[in-house]
Amino acid sequence: MKKYLFNRHVVISVIFVLLCLAPLFLSDFRINLLGKFVSFAILALGIDLIWGYTGILSLGHGVFFGLGAYCAGMYLKLESSGGALPDFMSWSGLEALPWFWQPFAFAPFALAMAVIIPVLLASVIGYLTFRNRIRGVYFTILTQALSIIFVVLFIGQQAYTGGTNGVTNFKTIFGFTLADPSTKLALYYIAVLLLLAAYVFCKLIIERRIGRVLVAIRDGENRIRFSGYNPTVYKVFVYAISAGLAGLAGAIYVPQVGIISPAEMGIIPSIEMVSWVAIGGRGTLTGAIIGAVLVNSLKSVVSENFPDIWSYFIGITFIVIVIFMPSGLMGIYRQIKDVWRGSALFKSREAAVKQ
Amino acid sequence: METYALQIFNGLSVSSILLLAALGLAIIFGLMKIINMAHGELIMIGAYVTFVTQNFFVSHFDSSFFNLYFLFALPAAFLVTAFTGYLMEISIVRHLYGRPLDSLLATWGVSLVLQQLARSIFGAPNVDVKSPEWLNGGIVVLSGLQLPYKRLFIMLLVALCVCGVCYFLYQTAGGRRIRAVMQNRSMAQSLGINTRRVDAMTFALGSGLAGIAGCALTLLGSIGPTLGTNYIIDTFMVVVLGGVGTIIGTIAGAGVIGVGNTTFEFLTNASLGKVLVFTVVILFLQWKPQGFFSVKSRALDE
Repeated sequence: MKKYLFNRHVVISVIFVLLCLAPLFLSDFRINLLGKFVSFAILALGIDLIWGYTGILSLGHGVFFGLGAYCAGMYLKLESSGGALPDFMSWSGLEALPWFWQPFAFAPFALAMAVIIPVLLASVIGYLTFRNRIRGVYFTILTQALSIIFVVLFIGQQAYTGGTNGVTNFKTIFGFTLADPSTKLALYYIAVLLLLAAYVFCKLIIERRIGRVLVAIRDGENRIRFSGYNPTVYKVFVYAISAGLAGLAGAIYVPQVGIISPAEMGIIPSIEMVSWVAIGGRGTLTGAIIGAVLVNSLKSVVSENFPDIWSYFIGITFIVIVIFMPSGLMGIYRQIKDVWRGSALFKSREAAVKQ
Repeated sequence: METYALQIFNGLSVSSILLLAALGLAIIFGLMKIINMAHGELIMIGAYVTFVTQNFFVSHFDSSFFNLYFLFALPAAFLVTAFTGYLMEISIVRHLYGRPLDSLLATWGVSLVLQQLARSIFGAPNVDVKSPEWLNGGIVVLSGLQLPYKRLFIMLLVALCVCGVCYFLYQTAGGRRIRAVMQNRSMAQSLGINTRRVDAMTFALGSGLAGIAGCALTLLGSIGPTLGTNYIIDTFMVVVLGGVGTIIGTIAGAGVIGVGNTTFEFLTNASLGKVLVFTVVILFLQWKPQGFFSVKSRALDE
């Protein structure tokens, strides 16, 4: 019994089984919400990879999420307008579709771009910063500046991006009506499948030698450099991968939620994304998934009933977790597990995360 | 001619406000390596203290005294925010020394709580603070070029604060202790300095300066719970661009970003101007990752 209860694959298997069975118990509205949280979980995996494992804090992941979402949104918008000029463009006085919008009418291109654009952007920014050994808090502040730049740019270029309102009013995806419950259910299962794929992908990375190097960069970058590795390459790689996951998350988020606006790209949403991973447990993939789904579910329940309390609640929880429980909920789980098994492993793990 | 002079004056004015907001941050970030995301909310508290002082004068004193309220609001804002900062340090920040990224996240939690607190007490809509009459109007230098007293007053205030901070850090026993602790903590401890107390005092000083910035901001517009969030990233960029740990760097950083902002906005438009400034700053950091002025160190992980 004990052996099965604390097997390391049990938690993650239970999560996926629950996610697959959820439509049997929840209303269509709740499933749609859960689908949104599942797409957030994909993004959280990426943040965990770069922050939990590699120790690089990016507060600009809203940008990559947003870029992925806008790419998918552009396709949905063009399909919904059925050849006509999207509504916000004609309001802003444009007469023809801008050249960079045109290829997005082709769905495979749009969906590929949702991942490729964030990966390219992250590679360029990552290469420029990491090569100059800009790291730690300086990198974090630069990524914050990045999100401001993109928010300001997207709000300012109203004719091309829809400004503050963003891109919305979608009707169909691949010919299926978006408002239809069966379409929503299908999108939900696609999101769960993508999450599973992303989980397996991240698992493959961290269990190989490259994963060890990433953790080593977190725990002592100079030592890894002196051992003959070039940390820049690994950091650029992990930044690009995590940006790609954020873009993918954005692409599956948009058809379910039906809107993408610059508000999702800013600094506040970006820190919120990090808070999911912190609360779930940094440095464990399962923790990132639990954190994203749990925090967002709580948020929707609490803010429906007591809108004022949510800020206090999340603020105080976040402070307590960061200061006293750096391994988050998964740390508590491990602690229980280790007490059960009577091992002293927990303390050494805790020390490793605190650095 | 007038247009250019006005642009330069506006640039300097924006710089002075940025400098005032960044000064406290530079002390906390530069000396203690703590990223205080709640700095913007301390600015907001300073602004609300000014609002409360104004209301107190309106309800308790004769209207002839009203113009004096600002002189009381400045020290009040400093003391209240310094005390808030002190409480933050002894309860939260002291657990975070040596974990800069975690300090950023935890203080973001603090900023959420403080913002919601302001919303619960004063309501979400912005409130107006009436400036004292002696700050209305301005000096007319040329026809079509008027320099408002408010902005001149803020510049003067900033100059006083910078001089005060430099004097305190470099000429007094307290400042010497702060620098000693930040340069070599264990050595300072061995020599009998109470480092816990010095940490708390440094944090309180940095927070108090945010209060003064908040007080000054009430002269320029209405205030609300999210007042601070508009400034926080700009001020971080000032500190990073100037070089961490030097007051002169912070002054230079504020000057460049402030003047750069107004110039680019004048040449293009408001949104593109901001994008251009940040892009230039990021490119500059490619060339000099340490900023304009940096403290030389032979430590490996600086």
